[in-house]
Amino acid sequence: MGGLFGLVDADSFYVSCERAFRPDLEGRPVVVLSNNDGNVVSRSRESKALGITMGMPFFKARPLIEEHNVAWFSSNYTLYGDLSRRVFGTIDRFVSALEHYSIDEGFAHFEQGHAADDAHEIRRTVRKWTGIPVSVGIGPTKGLAKVAARLAKQRPECGGVVDLSGPDVDSYLRDFDVADLWGIGPRYARFLKSGGEENQEQPDLWEASGLQPILRKERVETALELKNRPDWWVRKHLTIKGLRLVWELRGISCLPLEVFERPRKGLCCSRSFGRPVTTMEELGEAIAMHAARGGEKLRRQHLAASHLTVFVSTSRFRQNPEEIYSAAASIRLPFPTSYTPAIVTAAKALLERVFRRGYVYHKAGVFLTDIVLDSERQQSLTDGIDGEQRLRLMEVVDHINRKHGRHTIRTLALGRDNGWEMRRGRLSGRYTTRLGEVLRVRAC
Amino acid sequence: MRGVARGLRVASVHGPDAGERLALPLYLCRVPAGFPSPASDYVEQEIDLGELVRNRLATFCARVEGDSMEATLRDGDLLVVDRSLEPRHGDVIVACVEGDLTVKRLLTEGGRYFLSADNPAYPRLELDGDCDSVIWGVVTYSVRRLR
Repeated sequence: MGGLFGLVDADSFYVSCERAFRPDLEGRPVVVLSNNDGNVVSRSRESKALGITMGMPFFKARPLIEEHNVAWFSSNYTLYGDLSRRVFGTIDRFVSALEHYSIDEGFAHFEQGHAADDAHEIRRTVRKWTGIPVSVGIGPTKGLAKVAARLAKQRPECGGVVDLSGPDVDSYLRDFDVADLWGIGPRYARFLKSGGEENQEQPDLWEASGLQPILRKERVETALELKNRPDWWVRKHLTIKGLRLVWELRGISCLPLEVFERPRKGLCCSRSFGRPVTTMEELGEAIAMHAARGGEKLRRQHLAASHLTVFVSTSRFRQNPEEIYSAAASIRLPFPTSYTPAIVTAAKALLERVFRRGYVYHKAGVFLTDIVLDSERQQSLTDGIDGEQRLRLMEVVDHINRKHGRHTIRTLALGRDNGWEMRRGRLSGRYTTRLGEVLRVRAC
Repeated sequence: MRGVARGLRVASVHGPDAGERLALPLYLCRVPAGFPSPASDYVEQEIDLGELVRNRLATFCARVEGDSMEATLRDGDLLVVDRSLEPRHGDVIVACVEGDLTVKRLLTEGGRYFLSADNPAYPRLELDGDCDSVIWGVVTYSVRRLR
Protein backbone atom coordinates (compact mmCIF):
# COMPACT_ATOMS: atom_id res chain seq x y z
CA MET A 1 0.00 0.00 0.00
CA GLY A 2 2.82 2.36 0.77
CA GLY A 3 1.28 4.66 3.32
CA LEU A 4 2.99 7.79 4.56
CA PHE A 5 2.08 10.25 7.27
CA GLY A 6 1.51 13.88 6.49
CA LEU A 7 1.12 16.61 9.07
CA VAL A 8 -0.93 19.53 7.76
CA ASP A 9 -0.22 22.44 10.06
CA ALA A 10 -1.72 25.93 9.80
CA ASP A 11 0.77 28.79 9.90
CA SER A 12 0.21 31.11 12.90
CA PHE A 13 -3.37 29.87 12.88
CA TYR A 14 -5.17 32.48 15.01
CA VAL A 15 -3.37 35.32 13.26
CA SER A 16 -4.21 33.77 9.89
CA CYS A 17 -7.90 33.59 10.87
CA GLU A 18 -7.90 37.31 11.62
CA ARG A 19 -6.09 38.06 8.37
CA ALA A 20 -8.49 35.97 6.29
CA PHE A 21 -11.09 38.73 6.76
CA ARG A 22 -8.69 41.65 7.01
CA PRO A 23 -6.37 41.58 4.01
CA ASP A 24 -4.98 44.93 5.11
CA LEU A 25 -3.13 43.01 7.86
CA GLU A 26 -1.11 41.04 5.31
CA GLY A 27 2.57 41.85 5.81
CA ARG A 28 1.85 43.76 9.02
CA PRO A 29 2.88 42.40 12.43
CA VAL A 30 -0.14 40.83 14.18
CA VAL A 31 -0.58 39.07 17.54
CA VAL A 32 -3.53 37.31 19.17
CA LEU A 33 -3.83 37.30 22.97
CA SER A 34 -5.07 34.54 25.28
CA ASN A 35 -8.28 34.71 27.31
CA ASN A 36 -8.51 37.88 29.37
CA ASP A 37 -5.96 39.46 27.03
CA GLY A 38 -3.28 37.89 29.22
CA ASN A 39 -0.53 36.53 27.02
CA VAL A 40 0.52 36.39 23.39
CA VAL A 41 -0.69 33.06 21.96
CA SER A 42 -0.26 33.56 18.22
CA ARG A 43 2.26 35.68 16.32
CA SER A 44 2.70 36.51 12.69
CA ARG A 45 6.15 36.09 11.16
CA GLU A 46 6.65 39.87 11.42
CA SER A 47 5.81 39.87 15.15
CA LYS A 48 8.27 37.05 15.81
CA ALA A 49 10.95 39.09 14.05
CA LEU A 50 10.24 42.00 16.43
CA GLY A 51 11.17 39.76 19.36
CA ILE A 52 7.67 39.12 20.67
CA THR A 53 7.86 35.64 22.18
CA MET A 54 5.22 32.95 22.58
CA GLY A 55 3.39 33.31 25.90
CA MET A 56 4.79 36.78 26.55
CA PRO A 57 2.50 38.69 28.93
CA PHE A 58 0.59 41.44 27.17
CA PHE A 59 1.91 44.15 29.47
CA LYS A 60 5.48 43.16 28.63
CA ALA A 61 4.81 43.04 24.90
CA ARG A 62 2.89 46.34 24.97
CA PRO A 63 5.88 48.68 24.39
CA LEU A 64 6.91 46.66 21.30
CA ILE A 65 3.30 46.52 20.11
CA GLU A 66 2.92 50.27 20.36
CA GLU A 67 6.33 51.13 18.95
CA HIS A 68 5.90 48.96 15.87
CA ASN A 69 2.17 49.45 15.35
CA VAL A 70 1.45 45.75 15.84
CA ALA A 71 -2.21 44.86 15.30
CA TRP A 72 -3.45 42.93 18.35
CA PHE A 73 -6.62 40.91 18.87
CA SER A 74 -8.42 39.22 21.73
CA SER A 75 -8.90 35.55 20.98
CA ASN A 76 -12.06 34.86 18.99
CA TYR A 77 -12.50 31.12 19.45
CA THR A 78 -15.86 31.11 17.71
CA LEU A 79 -14.16 32.25 14.53
CA TYR A 80 -11.09 30.03 14.92
CA GLY A 81 -13.26 26.98 15.60
CA ASP A 82 -15.32 27.53 12.47
CA LEU A 83 -12.29 28.08 10.25
CA SER A 84 -10.62 25.00 11.75
CA ARG A 85 -13.69 22.97 10.76
CA ARG A 86 -13.45 24.32 7.21
CA VAL A 87 -9.71 23.61 6.97
CA PHE A 88 -10.15 20.00 8.14
CA GLY A 89 -13.17 19.55 5.87
CA THR A 90 -11.10 20.69 2.90
CA ILE A 91 -8.14 18.41 3.73
CA ASP A 92 -10.60 15.55 4.13
CA ARG A 93 -11.51 15.81 0.43
CA PHE A 94 -7.99 14.75 -0.51
CA VAL A 95 -7.02 12.03 1.96
CA SER A 96 -8.43 8.65 2.95
CA ALA A 97 -7.87 9.14 6.69
CA LEU A 98 -7.43 12.23 8.81
CA GLU A 99 -6.72 12.66 12.52
CA HIS A 100 -7.68 15.99 14.08
CA TYR A 101 -4.62 16.41 16.25
CA SER A 102 -5.34 19.94 17.46
CA ILE A 103 -7.30 23.00 16.36
CA ASP A 104 -4.67 23.77 13.71
CA GLU A 105 -2.89 20.45 12.99
CA GLY A 106 -4.04 17.22 11.43
CA PHE A 107 -2.22 13.99 10.61
CA ALA A 108 -3.32 12.44 7.36
CA HIS A 109 -2.65 9.29 5.37
CA PHE A 110 -0.68 10.07 2.21
CA GLU A 111 0.00 7.70 -0.67
CA GLN A 112 3.59 6.99 -1.53
CA GLY A 113 4.67 8.11 -5.00
CA HIS A 114 2.61 11.28 -5.21
CA ALA A 115 2.61 12.44 -1.59
CA ALA A 116 4.41 15.71 -2.28
CA ASP A 117 2.13 16.53 -5.21
CA ASP A 118 -0.93 15.87 -3.06
CA ALA A 119 0.54 18.02 -0.32
CA HIS A 120 0.99 20.96 -2.67
CA GLU A 121 -2.56 20.53 -3.95
CA ILE A 122 -3.95 20.48 -0.39
CA ARG A 123 -1.95 23.56 0.49
CA ARG A 124 -3.18 25.46 -2.53
CA THR A 125 -6.82 24.45 -2.04
CA VAL A 126 -6.99 25.15 1.70
CA ARG A 127 -5.49 28.58 1.07
CA LYS A 128 -7.95 29.37 -1.71
CA TRP A 129 -11.09 28.02 -0.05
CA THR A 130 -10.55 29.16 3.52
CA GLY A 131 -7.84 31.82 3.29
CA ILE A 132 -5.67 29.90 5.77
CA PRO A 133 -2.02 29.17 4.84
CA VAL A 134 -0.84 25.69 5.83
CA SER A 135 2.45 23.83 5.70
CA VAL A 136 2.72 20.09 5.12
CA GLY A 137 5.38 17.73 6.44
CA ILE A 138 5.59 14.20 5.07
CA GLY A 139 7.39 11.22 6.56
CA PRO A 140 7.26 7.46 7.10
CA THR A 141 6.23 8.12 10.73
CA LYS A 142 4.29 10.76 12.61
CA GLY A 143 7.45 11.86 14.41
CA LEU A 144 9.25 12.53 11.12
CA ALA A 145 6.17 14.20 9.61
CA LYS A 146 6.21 16.57 12.57
CA VAL A 147 9.89 17.36 11.97
CA ALA A 148 9.15 17.87 8.28
CA ALA A 149 6.28 20.27 8.99
CA ARG A 150 8.51 22.38 11.18
CA LEU A 151 11.16 22.49 8.49
CA ALA A 152 8.51 23.46 5.94
CA LYS A 153 7.74 26.54 8.04
CA GLN A 154 11.38 27.39 8.71
CA ARG A 155 12.47 27.14 5.08
CA PRO A 156 10.30 29.26 2.81
CA GLU A 157 12.33 28.03 -0.18
CA CYS A 158 10.62 24.63 0.21
CA GLY A 159 7.28 26.08 -0.85
CA GLY A 160 5.49 24.97 2.31
CA VAL A 161 6.06 21.24 1.80
CA VAL A 162 8.93 19.09 3.10
CA ASP A 163 9.10 15.37 2.37
CA LEU A 164 11.26 13.26 4.68
CA SER A 165 10.23 9.91 3.22
CA GLY A 166 13.43 9.71 1.15
CA PRO A 167 16.84 8.32 2.17
CA ASP A 168 18.43 11.68 3.07
CA VAL A 169 16.60 12.11 6.39
CA ASP A 170 19.79 12.38 8.44
CA SER A 171 20.94 15.46 6.56
CA TYR A 172 17.84 17.21 7.90
CA LEU A 173 18.04 15.76 11.41
CA ARG A 174 21.68 16.84 11.69
CA ASP A 175 20.63 20.51 11.84
CA PHE A 176 17.42 20.00 13.80
CA ASP A 177 17.49 21.30 17.37
CA VAL A 178 16.59 18.52 19.79
CA ALA A 179 14.52 21.04 21.78
CA ASP A 180 12.17 21.43 18.80
CA LEU A 181 11.32 17.73 18.66
CA TRP A 182 7.80 16.56 19.34
CA GLY A 183 7.40 15.60 23.00
CA ILE A 184 10.78 16.96 24.13
CA GLY A 185 9.79 19.65 26.60
CA PRO A 186 12.10 22.36 27.93
CA ARG A 187 13.18 20.16 30.86
CA TYR A 188 14.22 17.21 28.74
CA ALA A 189 15.89 19.59 26.31
CA ARG A 190 17.97 21.12 29.12
CA PHE A 191 18.92 17.66 30.34
CA LEU A 192 19.90 16.43 26.88
CA LYS A 193 21.95 19.50 26.06
CA SER A 194 23.74 19.56 29.41
CA GLY A 195 25.14 16.08 28.85
CA GLY A 196 25.72 15.59 32.57
CA GLU A 197 27.21 12.82 34.60
CA GLU A 198 24.28 10.59 33.85
CA ASN A 199 26.11 9.54 30.73
CA GLN A 200 28.91 8.04 32.79
CA GLU A 201 26.63 5.42 34.23
CA GLN A 202 26.49 1.82 33.23
CA PRO A 203 29.79 1.51 31.31
CA ASP A 204 29.05 -2.16 30.66
CA LEU A 205 25.96 -1.28 28.69
CA TRP A 206 27.88 1.34 26.74
CA GLU A 207 30.51 -1.25 25.98
CA ALA A 208 27.86 -3.71 24.86
CA SER A 209 26.23 -1.13 22.61
CA GLY A 210 29.51 -0.91 20.69
CA LEU A 211 29.50 2.88 20.71
CA GLN A 212 32.64 4.88 21.21
CA PRO A 213 33.28 5.66 24.88
CA ILE A 214 33.82 9.31 23.98
CA LEU A 215 30.08 9.47 23.26
CA ARG A 216 29.45 9.18 26.97
CA LYS A 217 30.45 12.76 27.54
CA GLU A 218 28.78 14.08 24.44
CA ARG A 219 25.80 16.28 24.68
CA VAL A 220 22.66 15.63 22.72
CA GLU A 221 22.05 18.82 20.77
CA THR A 222 20.41 17.63 17.58
CA ALA A 223 17.69 15.23 16.53
CA LEU A 224 20.31 13.08 14.79
CA GLU A 225 22.32 12.68 17.98
CA LEU A 226 19.20 11.61 19.86
CA LYS A 227 18.22 9.22 17.09
CA ASN A 228 21.62 7.49 17.44
CA ARG A 229 21.49 7.02 21.20
CA PRO A 230 21.05 3.41 22.32
CA ASP A 231 17.56 2.28 23.28
CA TRP A 232 18.37 1.52 26.92
CA TRP A 233 19.76 5.02 27.41
CA VAL A 234 16.72 6.70 25.87
CA ARG A 235 14.36 4.55 27.83
CA LYS A 236 16.18 5.25 31.08
CA HIS A 237 16.21 9.01 30.70
CA LEU A 238 13.22 9.81 28.51
CA THR A 239 10.87 6.94 29.46
CA ILE A 240 9.03 4.73 27.02
CA LYS A 241 7.48 7.80 25.38
CA GLY A 242 10.93 9.09 24.48
CA LEU A 243 11.91 5.71 23.12
CA ARG A 244 8.84 5.71 20.90
CA LEU A 245 9.84 9.10 19.56
CA VAL A 246 13.39 7.91 18.85
CA TRP A 247 12.09 4.88 16.98
CA GLU A 248 9.82 7.16 15.00
CA LEU A 249 12.88 9.25 14.08
CA ARG A 250 14.48 6.01 12.85
CA GLY A 251 11.52 5.49 10.55
CA ILE A 252 9.80 2.81 12.62
CA SER A 253 6.18 3.79 13.06
CA CYS A 254 4.95 3.43 16.66
CA LEU A 255 2.10 5.92 16.60
CA PRO A 256 -0.82 5.06 14.30
CA LEU A 257 -3.38 7.54 13.00
CA GLU A 258 -6.13 8.07 15.53
CA VAL A 259 -9.02 8.71 13.25
CA PHE A 260 -11.73 8.09 15.79
CA GLU A 261 -12.07 10.66 18.49
CA ARG A 262 -11.10 9.10 21.78
CA PRO A 263 -13.64 9.77 24.50
CA ARG A 264 -12.14 12.33 26.80
CA LYS A 265 -10.95 11.32 30.21
CA GLY A 266 -11.79 14.66 31.74
CA LEU A 267 -13.04 18.06 30.87
CA CYS A 268 -12.01 21.31 32.52
CA CYS A 269 -13.78 24.65 32.44
CA SER A 270 -11.92 27.39 34.21
CA ARG A 271 -10.72 30.90 33.67
CA SER A 272 -8.91 33.71 35.39
CA PHE A 273 -11.20 36.53 36.42
CA GLY A 274 -11.14 39.81 34.59
CA ARG A 275 -11.03 41.61 37.94
CA PRO A 276 -10.44 40.77 41.62
CA VAL A 277 -13.19 38.60 43.10
CA THR A 278 -13.68 38.35 46.85
CA THR A 279 -17.27 37.39 47.64
CA MET A 280 -19.02 34.05 47.71
CA GLU A 281 -21.78 35.46 45.47
CA GLU A 282 -19.38 36.39 42.70
CA LEU A 283 -17.42 33.15 42.93
CA GLY A 284 -20.69 31.27 42.91
CA GLU A 285 -21.74 32.90 39.65
CA ALA A 286 -18.41 32.11 38.06
CA ILE A 287 -18.53 28.48 39.20
CA ALA A 288 -22.10 28.19 37.97
CA MET A 289 -21.04 29.50 34.57
CA HIS A 290 -18.20 27.00 34.30
CA ALA A 291 -20.47 24.18 35.45
CA ALA A 292 -23.07 25.17 32.85
CA ARG A 293 -20.38 25.37 30.18
CA GLY A 294 -19.16 21.91 31.23
CA GLY A 295 -22.65 20.49 30.84
CA GLU A 296 -22.93 22.07 27.42
CA LYS A 297 -19.57 20.64 26.33
CA LEU A 298 -20.56 17.17 27.56
CA ARG A 299 -23.85 17.27 25.67
CA ARG A 300 -22.25 18.50 22.48
CA GLN A 301 -20.00 15.44 22.47
CA HIS A 302 -22.72 13.07 23.68
CA LEU A 303 -20.93 12.43 26.94
CA ALA A 304 -21.86 12.28 30.62
CA ALA A 305 -19.65 12.66 33.69
CA SER A 306 -19.95 11.08 37.11
CA HIS A 307 -17.24 12.92 39.03
CA LEU A 308 -17.08 16.65 39.70
CA THR A 309 -14.29 18.78 41.17
CA VAL A 310 -14.45 22.48 41.99
CA PHE A 311 -11.31 24.52 42.56
CA VAL A 312 -10.52 28.11 43.50
CA SER A 313 -7.23 29.93 43.87
CA THR A 314 -5.72 33.33 44.52
CA SER A 315 -3.01 34.69 42.27
CA ARG A 316 0.30 32.85 42.56
CA PHE A 317 2.09 36.15 42.25
CA ARG A 318 0.89 37.69 45.50
CA GLN A 319 3.76 38.96 47.63
CA ASN A 320 2.45 38.00 51.03
CA PRO A 321 2.18 34.23 51.63
CA GLU A 322 -0.84 34.87 53.84
CA GLU A 323 -2.68 36.13 50.80
CA ILE A 324 -2.18 32.89 48.88
CA TYR A 325 -4.84 30.23 49.03
CA SER A 326 -6.04 27.46 46.80
CA ALA A 327 -8.36 24.57 47.41
CA ALA A 328 -10.38 21.92 45.62
CA ALA A 329 -13.20 19.59 46.55
CA SER A 330 -14.81 16.73 44.65
CA ILE A 331 -17.94 14.70 44.71
CA ARG A 332 -19.09 11.54 43.00
CA LEU A 333 -22.38 12.25 41.30
CA PRO A 334 -25.14 9.68 41.81
CA PHE A 335 -24.97 8.70 38.14
CA PRO A 336 -23.28 9.94 34.94
CA THR A 337 -24.98 13.15 33.92
CA SER A 338 -24.82 16.06 31.51
CA TYR A 339 -27.82 17.85 33.00
CA THR A 340 -26.78 21.45 33.70
CA PRO A 341 -28.96 22.10 36.78
CA ALA A 342 -27.63 18.94 38.45
CA ILE A 343 -24.00 19.90 37.75
CA VAL A 344 -24.54 23.52 38.83
CA THR A 345 -26.21 22.51 42.10
CA ALA A 346 -23.44 20.06 42.97
CA ALA A 347 -20.74 22.58 42.01
CA LYS A 348 -22.21 25.28 44.23
CA ALA A 349 -22.36 22.86 47.18
CA LEU A 350 -18.68 22.04 46.63
CA LEU A 351 -17.79 25.72 46.43
CA GLU A 352 -19.19 26.28 49.90
CA ARG A 353 -16.68 23.73 51.14
CA VAL A 354 -13.63 25.41 49.59
CA PHE A 355 -14.53 29.09 49.93
CA ARG A 356 -12.65 31.09 52.57
CA ARG A 357 -13.51 34.69 53.22
CA GLY A 358 -10.76 37.29 53.10
CA TYR A 359 -8.90 36.23 49.97
CA VAL A 360 -8.74 37.90 46.58
CA TYR A 361 -9.56 35.12 44.15
CA HIS A 362 -7.90 35.02 40.78
CA LYS A 363 -9.17 31.82 39.24
CA ALA A 364 -11.93 29.26 39.66
CA GLY A 365 -13.16 26.32 37.69
CA VAL A 366 -14.70 22.89 37.49
CA PHE A 367 -13.32 19.52 36.40
CA LEU A 368 -15.66 16.86 35.09
CA THR A 369 -14.15 13.38 35.11
CA ASP A 370 -15.13 9.73 34.84
CA ILE A 371 -16.65 10.48 31.50
CA VAL A 372 -18.66 7.95 29.54
CA LEU A 373 -20.36 8.06 26.19
CA ASP A 374 -24.11 8.63 26.28
CA SER A 375 -24.54 5.24 24.68
CA GLU A 376 -22.47 3.54 27.38
CA ARG A 377 -24.40 4.90 30.31
CA GLN A 378 -25.44 2.28 32.77
CA GLN A 379 -28.75 0.85 31.76
CA SER A 380 -30.23 0.70 35.20
CA LEU A 381 -33.83 -0.16 35.83
CA THR A 382 -34.21 2.63 38.37
CA ASP A 383 -33.87 6.27 37.45
CA GLY A 384 -30.08 5.99 37.30
CA ILE A 385 -29.76 8.08 34.16
CA ASP A 386 -30.96 11.46 33.05
CA GLY A 387 -34.64 11.11 32.30
CA GLU A 388 -36.00 11.69 28.84
CA GLN A 389 -37.51 14.98 30.00
CA ARG A 390 -34.19 16.32 31.24
CA LEU A 391 -32.47 15.44 28.00
CA ARG A 392 -35.20 17.11 25.95
CA LEU A 393 -35.02 20.25 28.08
CA MET A 394 -31.26 20.50 27.60
CA GLU A 395 -31.66 19.95 23.87
CA VAL A 396 -34.00 22.92 23.65
CA VAL A 397 -31.76 25.11 25.83
CA ASP A 398 -28.68 24.27 23.75
CA HIS A 399 -30.57 24.99 20.57
CA ILE A 400 -31.71 28.42 21.76
CA ASN A 401 -28.27 29.31 23.12
CA ARG A 402 -26.61 28.32 19.89
CA LYS A 403 -29.00 30.49 17.96
CA HIS A 404 -29.22 33.53 20.19
CA GLY A 405 -25.91 33.49 21.98
CA ARG A 406 -24.44 31.70 24.96
CA HIS A 407 -26.31 32.17 28.24
CA THR A 408 -29.51 33.45 26.61
CA ILE A 409 -31.17 30.77 28.68
CA ARG A 410 -29.28 29.98 31.84
CA THR A 411 -29.75 28.87 35.37
CA LEU A 412 -30.38 31.77 37.71
CA ALA A 413 -27.23 30.79 39.59
CA LEU A 414 -25.23 32.49 36.85
CA GLY A 415 -26.50 35.87 38.00
CA ARG A 416 -27.40 38.70 35.72
CA ASP A 417 -24.46 41.04 35.49
CA ASN A 418 -21.35 39.08 34.73
CA GLY A 419 -18.82 41.71 35.68
CA TRP A 420 -16.23 38.95 36.06
CA GLU A 421 -16.63 37.83 32.48
CA MET A 422 -13.56 37.74 30.30
CA ARG A 423 -11.68 40.83 29.35
CA ARG A 424 -11.67 40.94 25.58
CA GLY A 425 -10.58 44.40 24.63
CA ARG A 426 -10.28 43.87 20.92
CA LEU A 427 -12.49 41.12 19.58
CA SER A 428 -13.00 40.74 15.85
CA GLY A 429 -16.37 39.85 14.34
CA ARG A 430 -17.76 36.34 14.40
CA TYR A 431 -17.73 36.65 10.63
CA THR A 432 -18.76 33.09 9.86
CA THR A 433 -21.31 32.25 12.53
CA ARG A 434 -23.37 35.43 13.17
CA LEU A 435 -25.47 37.05 10.50
CA GLY A 436 -25.17 40.40 12.26
CA GLU A 437 -21.38 40.24 12.27
CA VAL A 438 -20.59 39.07 8.74
CA LEU A 439 -17.80 40.55 6.70
CA ARG A 440 -18.49 44.02 5.27
CA VAL A 441 -17.48 44.65 1.68
CA ARG A 442 -17.25 48.13 0.25
CA ALA A 443 -19.20 49.26 -2.74
CA CYS A 444 -18.10 52.86 -2.62
CA MET B 1 -44.78 -19.76 41.57
CA ARG B 2 -45.70 -22.88 43.42
CA GLY B 3 -48.76 -24.51 41.99
CA VAL B 4 -48.55 -22.62 38.75
CA ALA B 5 -45.42 -24.15 37.38
CA ARG B 6 -44.85 -27.05 39.61
CA GLY B 7 -42.08 -29.27 38.38
CA LEU B 8 -40.53 -26.49 36.24
CA ARG B 9 -37.34 -24.80 37.32
CA VAL B 10 -36.08 -21.50 36.12
CA ALA B 11 -32.73 -22.20 34.52
CA SER B 12 -31.77 -18.61 33.79
CA VAL B 13 -33.29 -15.19 33.28
CA HIS B 14 -32.43 -13.01 30.29
CA GLY B 15 -32.92 -9.29 30.21
CA PRO B 16 -33.44 -7.52 26.92
CA ASP B 17 -30.11 -7.28 25.15
CA ALA B 18 -29.18 -3.60 25.30
CA GLY B 19 -26.86 -3.92 22.33
CA GLU B 20 -29.51 -5.09 19.93
CA ARG B 21 -31.98 -2.75 18.34
CA LEU B 22 -35.00 -3.55 16.31
CA ALA B 23 -35.39 -1.35 13.28
CA LEU B 24 -38.98 -0.63 12.38
CA PRO B 25 -39.92 0.78 9.01
CA LEU B 26 -41.17 4.35 9.20
CA TYR B 27 -44.06 5.46 7.01
CA LEU B 28 -44.62 8.97 5.89
CA CYS B 29 -48.37 8.91 6.36
CA ARG B 30 -50.63 7.56 9.05
CA VAL B 31 -51.80 4.07 8.18
CA PRO B 32 -54.31 2.90 10.78
CA ALA B 33 -57.31 2.63 8.45
CA GLY B 34 -58.48 3.38 4.95
CA PHE B 35 -56.30 3.95 1.92
CA PRO B 36 -52.79 5.30 2.29
CA SER B 37 -52.45 8.78 0.86
CA PRO B 38 -51.75 8.52 -2.87
CA ALA B 39 -49.27 11.37 -2.40
CA SER B 40 -47.10 9.53 0.07
CA ASP B 41 -44.84 8.20 -2.63
CA TYR B 42 -44.18 11.75 -3.76
CA VAL B 43 -43.32 13.37 -0.46
CA GLU B 44 -40.06 15.27 -0.60
CA GLN B 45 -37.98 17.28 1.81
CA GLU B 46 -38.83 20.92 2.37
CA ILE B 47 -36.97 23.46 0.28
CA ASP B 48 -33.88 24.49 2.16
CA LEU B 49 -32.22 27.67 0.90
CA GLY B 50 -28.99 26.28 2.29
CA GLU B 51 -28.90 24.08 -0.80
CA LEU B 52 -27.99 27.17 -2.77
CA VAL B 53 -24.60 26.93 -1.12
CA ARG B 54 -22.71 24.46 -3.24
CA ASN B 55 -19.46 24.37 -1.32
CA ARG B 56 -20.09 24.97 2.37
CA LEU B 57 -16.42 24.79 3.28
CA ALA B 58 -15.54 27.66 0.98
CA THR B 59 -18.67 29.80 1.25
CA PHE B 60 -18.85 32.97 3.36
CA CYS B 61 -21.44 35.70 3.81
CA ALA B 62 -20.78 39.39 3.41
CA ARG B 63 -22.77 42.60 3.66
CA VAL B 64 -22.67 45.36 1.02
CA GLU B 65 -21.79 48.88 2.10
CA GLY B 66 -22.29 51.61 -0.51
CA ASP B 67 -23.98 52.12 -3.86
CA SER B 68 -21.27 51.48 -6.43
CA MET B 69 -22.93 48.25 -7.58
CA GLU B 70 -26.41 49.77 -8.02
CA ALA B 71 -28.70 48.53 -9.50
CA THR B 72 -27.37 44.98 -9.13
CA LEU B 73 -26.62 45.33 -5.42
CA ARG B 74 -27.84 47.82 -2.86
CA ASP B 75 -26.42 49.02 0.40
CA GLY B 76 -27.21 46.38 3.07
CA ASP B 77 -27.63 43.42 0.70
CA LEU B 78 -26.35 40.11 1.99
CA LEU B 79 -23.95 38.30 -0.33
CA VAL B 80 -23.13 34.62 -0.62
CA VAL B 81 -19.47 34.38 -1.61
CA ASP B 82 -17.84 31.15 -2.81
CA ARG B 83 -14.06 31.24 -2.60
CA SER B 84 -13.56 27.95 -4.42
CA LEU B 85 -14.90 29.15 -7.79
CA GLU B 86 -12.62 30.30 -10.60
CA PRO B 87 -13.65 33.86 -11.47
CA ARG B 88 -14.89 34.43 -15.01
CA HIS B 89 -15.57 37.47 -17.14
CA GLY B 90 -18.75 39.14 -15.92
CA ASP B 91 -18.74 37.64 -12.40
CA VAL B 92 -19.54 39.83 -9.43
CA ILE B 93 -16.58 39.29 -7.14
CA VAL B 94 -15.15 40.35 -3.81
CA ALA B 95 -11.65 41.70 -4.34
CA CYS B 96 -8.96 43.15 -2.19
CA VAL B 97 -8.10 46.69 -3.26
CA GLU B 98 -5.54 48.59 -1.21
CA GLY B 99 -6.27 46.44 1.84
CA ASP B 100 -10.05 46.86 1.61
CA LEU B 101 -12.46 44.14 0.55
CA THR B 102 -14.68 45.59 -2.16
CA VAL B 103 -17.41 44.15 -4.34
CA LYS B 104 -17.06 44.77 -8.08
CA ARG B 105 -17.71 43.18 -11.45
CA LEU B 106 -14.77 41.40 -13.08
CA LEU B 107 -14.25 42.15 -16.76
CA THR B 108 -11.57 40.72 -19.02
CA GLU B 109 -10.50 42.38 -22.26
CA GLY B 110 -7.66 40.98 -24.32
CA GLY B 111 -5.84 39.44 -21.39
CA ARG B 112 -6.33 42.49 -19.20
CA TYR B 113 -8.48 42.40 -16.07
CA PHE B 114 -10.72 45.20 -14.85
CA LEU B 115 -12.78 45.77 -11.74
CA SER B 116 -15.85 47.64 -12.83
CA ALA B 117 -18.69 49.22 -10.84
CA ASP B 118 -22.22 48.71 -12.15
CA ASN B 119 -23.04 52.25 -11.06
CA PRO B 120 -21.67 54.45 -13.87
CA ALA B 121 -20.80 57.18 -11.37
CA TYR B 122 -17.78 55.09 -10.30
CA PRO B 123 -14.59 54.58 -12.33
CA ARG B 124 -13.27 51.20 -13.34
CA LEU B 125 -9.93 49.94 -12.20
CA GLU B 126 -7.39 47.83 -14.01
CA LEU B 127 -5.87 44.94 -12.10
CA ASP B 128 -2.16 44.60 -12.52
CA GLY B 129 -0.10 41.67 -11.44
CA ASP B 130 -1.34 38.51 -9.82
CA CYS B 131 -5.09 38.19 -10.18
CA ASP B 132 -5.34 35.28 -7.71
CA SER B 133 -4.01 37.26 -4.79
CA VAL B 134 -6.46 40.11 -5.44
CA ILE B 135 -9.70 38.17 -5.90
CA TRP B 136 -11.14 37.01 -2.57
CA GLY B 137 -14.18 35.12 -3.84
CA VAL B 138 -17.01 34.96 -6.37
CA VAL B 139 -20.47 36.22 -5.40
CA THR B 140 -23.05 33.53 -6.20
CA TYR B 141 -26.24 35.01 -4.68
CA SER B 142 -27.46 38.19 -3.09
CA VAL B 143 -30.25 38.42 -0.56
CA ARG B 144 -32.27 41.60 -0.10
CA ARG B 145 -34.97 42.21 2.43
CA LEU B 146 -38.09 43.51 0.71
CA ARG B 147 -40.35 44.15 3.69
